[in-house]
Amino acid sequence: MTRDDVAAVLIDELGRIAPETDASRLDPNAELRDELDIDSMDFLNLVTALSERLKIDIPETDYPRLATFDHAVDYLVQRLGVAA
Amino acid sequence: MGEFRMPSLGADMDAGTLVEWLKQPGDRVKRGDIVAVVETQKGAIEVDIFEEGVIERWLVEPGTTVPVGTPLALIAGAQPATAAVSAEVPATVAPTPAPPAPPSVIPPFAPRTEVGRLRVSPAARRLAAERGVGLDQLTGSGPGGAILYTDIERAAAGAAPRPAAPKRLDFAEMRRAIAAAMARSKREIPHYYLSTTIELTRSLAWLQETNATRPPAQRLLLAALLLKAVALALGEAPELNGFFTAEGFQPGAGIHIGTAIAIRGGGLVAPAIRDADKLSLEELMAQLRDLVARARSGALRSSELSDPTITVTNLGERSVETVFGVIYPPQVALVGFGMPVERPWAVSGEVIARRVLTATLAADHRASDGHRGALFLADIDHKLQSPETL
Repeated sequence: MTRDDVAAVLIDELGRIAPETDASRLDPNAELRDELDIDSMDFLNLVTALSERLKIDIPETDYPRLATFDHAVDYLVQRLGVAA
Repeated sequence: MGEFRMPSLGADMDAGTLVEWLKQPGDRVKRGDIVAVVETQKGAIEVDIFEEGVIERWLVEPGTTVPVGTPLALIAGAQPATAAVSAEVPATVAPTPAPPAPPSVIPPFAPRTEVGRLRVSPAARRLAAERGVGLDQLTGSGPGGAILYTDIERAAAGAAPRPAAPKRLDFAEMRRAIAAAMARSKREIPHYYLSTTIELTRSLAWLQETNATRPPAQRLLLAALLLKAVALALGEAPELNGFFTAEGFQPGAGIHIGTAIAIRGGGLVAPAIRDADKLSLEELMAQLRDLVARARSGALRSSELSDPTITVTNLGERSVETVFGVIYPPQVALVGFGMPVERPWAVSGEVIARRVLTATLAADHRASDGHRGALFLADIDHKLQSPETL
């Protein structure tokens, strides 16, 4: 899985949570919570979906590292051990 | 003989459109069975029944809009007295002035069509649009070759499944409904307001420790702790849990917490978590997840909307510190939780940084007074200081 694949998975899952927004046109450096108006339940659902789909653990203490789109992709890539 | 009626799903609903029957005449039904789907300002709602018996016949066909209280079906073997809605819903919660009765009360069963055109009921037409089924290729199995809901289902099942289109809610309708309920609340309910600041250190530490060993699907949110603390505290404050009707205050038969859920794009619903005081945190969390998902996809059940005996709003979760609630009639209280924030906090003469949260109560002075409300808020605080006991 490449970095682009990881980004595609993230876009797909964000699209499920905020279906009315085009996740592929997000500002990659903006806070996802603000950008997509997601609450803690949405965020937990996102983490649940990502961890199940990518088969990685995402501890709660790492949540801050998923704050923006770019940071989230960096983090997931690192957890997966994908060469960037 | 009992009657299964168009339920009132809150003070803000005066009519609903029958979308679909999920049971057939001759089917035996029992309390809790989902019998029909009704379209309201809150989206499509599954209507469950509160009595036992056998469905004798339908009185209203899909696609028909009828006022609240209109009989939808006859139930054989049911007690007439129990034919309306659940005991917890006061019969006197008359929805704001009833709309003019429709001509001849109930339109006869016939898909609304014109000669020479396709005979398709509105519900079937809508389903066809959602599932991408072309009406031209279909042969209807209804009277006069009318295309029925089930025909579309059959055709859709044969065709390649398409992801369900997101539910289209009518936001203008929902806004109007919210306006009606809130105007009534502000007009009729003498609100009093109380506020307290709750230190969250223990609850947050307990959550962090608990969640550290759990996969995301089993993690708890602070909201689950807050709801449980409210539910337990209500056990000691029955004057805050129930309905105010023409007969005065009626205590709720259980603690059914309406949980305010924002709908993406605008509007909100507050379906009930039933008997929240008896649920474990895990069960409560699972129900909350399920309710949020179904509220947003427009698939709530009628009893979930008519049952709440109090409402809790977590509105301030990440934006504001204090919620000044407006009670949802005929309920008599609303608890609001603000955003957890880090603030200077004095402990044993030392000022330290602590995470705190503002909890507010808006309550109906006809049912309780501030002293009761103050004890209730203090009790919520107390319970959140021992999260392991929740």
